[in-house]
Amino acid sequence: MIRLEQRANPSKEMVMWTPVIAVIATMIVGGLLFVALGKNPFEAIRMIFWDPLMGANASYYRGQILVKAAPLIMIALGLSFGFRAGIWNIGAEGQFIMGAVVGGATGLALYPMDSFIVFPLMIVMGALGGFLWAMIPAVLKIKFNANEILVSLMLVYVAINFLSGMVTGVLRNPDGFNFPESRSFQEFPAANNAELWAGTGVHWGVLVTLGLVVAAYVILTRHIFGFNIRLAGQAPRAAKFAGVSPNKMIAICLGLSGALAGMAGLFEVTGPAGKLSTTFPVGYGFTAIIVAFLGRLHPIGILLAGLLLAVTYVGGDIIQSKLSLPKASIQVFQGMLLFFLLAVDVLVNFRIRLTNQGAV
Amino acid sequence: MKFPKWIILVLAAAVAAYIYISGQSDKDMAEVEGDKTKVGFVYVGPVGDFGWSYEHDQGRQAVEAEFGDKVETMFVESVPEGADSERVMTQMALDGADLIFTTSFGYMDPTINVAKKFPNVKFEHATGYKQADNVSTYSARFYEGRSVIGHIAGHMTESNTIGYIASFPIPEVIRGINSAYIAAKAVNPDVKMKIVWVYTWFDPGKEADAATALIEQGADIIMQHTDSPAAMTIAEEKGILAFGQASDMKQFGPNARLSSIIDDWAPYYIARTKAVMDGTWESTATWDGIKEGMVAIGDFSDKIPADVQASATALKEALSAGTTHSFTGPLNKQDGTPWLAAGETATDFGDDGLAGMNFYVEGVEGDVPQ
Repeated sequence: MIRLEQRANPSKEMVMWTPVIAVIATMIVGGLLFVALGKNPFEAIRMIFWDPLMGANASYYRGQILVKAAPLIMIALGLSFGFRAGIWNIGAEGQFIMGAVVGGATGLALYPMDSFIVFPLMIVMGALGGFLWAMIPAVLKIKFNANEILVSLMLVYVAINFLSGMVTGVLRNPDGFNFPESRSFQEFPAANNAELWAGTGVHWGVLVTLGLVVAAYVILTRHIFGFNIRLAGQAPRAAKFAGVSPNKMIAICLGLSGALAGMAGLFEVTGPAGKLSTTFPVGYGFTAIIVAFLGRLHPIGILLAGLLLAVTYVGGDIIQSKLSLPKASIQVFQGMLLFFLLAVDVLVNFRIRLTNQGAV
Repeated sequence: MKFPKWIILVLAAAVAAYIYISGQSDKDMAEVEGDKTKVGFVYVGPVGDFGWSYEHDQGRQAVEAEFGDKVETMFVESVPEGADSERVMTQMALDGADLIFTTSFGYMDPTINVAKKFPNVKFEHATGYKQADNVSTYSARFYEGRSVIGHIAGHMTESNTIGYIASFPIPEVIRGINSAYIAAKAVNPDVKMKIVWVYTWFDPGKEADAATALIEQGADIIMQHTDSPAAMTIAEEKGILAFGQASDMKQFGPNARLSSIIDDWAPYYIARTKAVMDGTWESTATWDGIKEGMVAIGDFSDKIPADVQASATALKEALSAGTTHSFTGPLNKQDGTPWLAAGETATDFGDDGLAGMNFYVEGVEGDVPQ
């Protein structure tokens, strides 16, 4: 029989190295997958990890990696605070959508006003939209002890349908031949989150994300709030004695992650996505959960994890077109990353014991 | 803890496999590309959807078969409509594509954006309405096919209820609903149409649920404007009837399938690729139907009585010859206001034209989702 036995003192170093081991394991097993599909695994893995950074046309891809990584990092930063405190916001996708809808609607309401105030106002409203959407599970948790995992997750589907209703209804582009999408923000300069320097991919969201990484790092390591969060997660009773109100913690963690997800949604809809439409949600809110854990819930780790995942997305599309690999194989490859991360995590925290006895 | 032996064996095998395979890659890489025409395809679903994206990929393969060594094709499947599609198109253009087909409506603005950056690359966007000097649009008059299957459905339904799985409330889909209803009503005045909106092009789970819901509401024939054969499978299970959509889908419902609307993109893709090779490519807006072969009607099932087969064939030929139009007056809108006078046919563009259709015709129940 195989038995898992908790290690008394998981190695700190191993915890740090876990993501690296997971990436290497993914490369090996993913490579075997590509072999099974009749492709050269070295070439495939080089195309996924190397070409977007250093290969042909990498100058374009590097910018696109930032575009892809920024919302993932921004959302994951918000989530990481809650996850540390044991508050599980699984509905960032919904908050991302609501941020885009509320912030986007604000901009559309002002169309075609040409004022510098439009875009900042939209950012605030986007964050507010995500914040309010996240406060629903927070309030239900505080008042009725409703499980925030289920509530926040279910609200994603409500948000998707709300978005559909908006873009087939009041937010529909009046000049858009009845197609279910809003006006293009790319054609509305005051509300457009455009590329700041041509060819770099860098938009306001990327800059804000970088700022947030620094801010999150400072809060987590230098601020009493960061300490309280860590305390609440690791020793809830001790936190209580230290005067940390669990309810306040729930409200702050969910609200913060909601606001960041909403802001990410706003930057995405006004920039890369360009408009509100039924196809706007592509799962950033869910992928960000992987990013948060891959980054060990640490701001710098999240930054690296977000970039890594973005690389696999960009690289995944490159091998699709160059090696004619099916999309599913790339999704399996990306899925392996989380799988191996969790598996290695288990091995770091637990010891495998082979015993002769039957069931334990 | 000792390292289990099998892990070492697996690792050794992996390394061996890596080394073996790595020797072969450089040969492939060394292949000289010459001055092949490169054609890229961006698909919204997986090529294995056996519907919309599958047929576009059939078109891609036809291009390869037609031009052999002179052409090189590439594709990326399941590309979300938005920033990701823009990146995929850019990637193809950077990789030297001469011509790129973007095969879903949501790729419209991304196509226009990328086309601006690559004025020498030609783009072809399916089902949209924005053109540029290097962006053509193309679509098929699917509604003509809907007339034919609507005609058959009107004859074949016993419960007088046709179920319709609709994707998004865009003109193309509403046109299809109206067209099928008009043709069914013409042969069966009691016919009713139940519509379920699923807000997706490809989601076999949702499509199957929609089919089940429609059957529970009394539908004994299912039509769909979504991309997977899920509804066909359900129809087969429940012993009712259905039509193949985009692709023939016979293998998914040998008993259920009455006929099908097949999108045949191959001739268009071949012609456009040829135009790029010859340097005669121009920005155009193509909207072809049964006549040009872009819309084909699949074989009729033996379940369809001979006289209905004959009348359906006659309708198809009349649509092809242009002697009949799917939208011929007198027709009123759902709210009873007149749309087309007796004998008048719908125009493609303009007010109340086909291109921007956003209303049901009289008799269709329910509201267009707003």
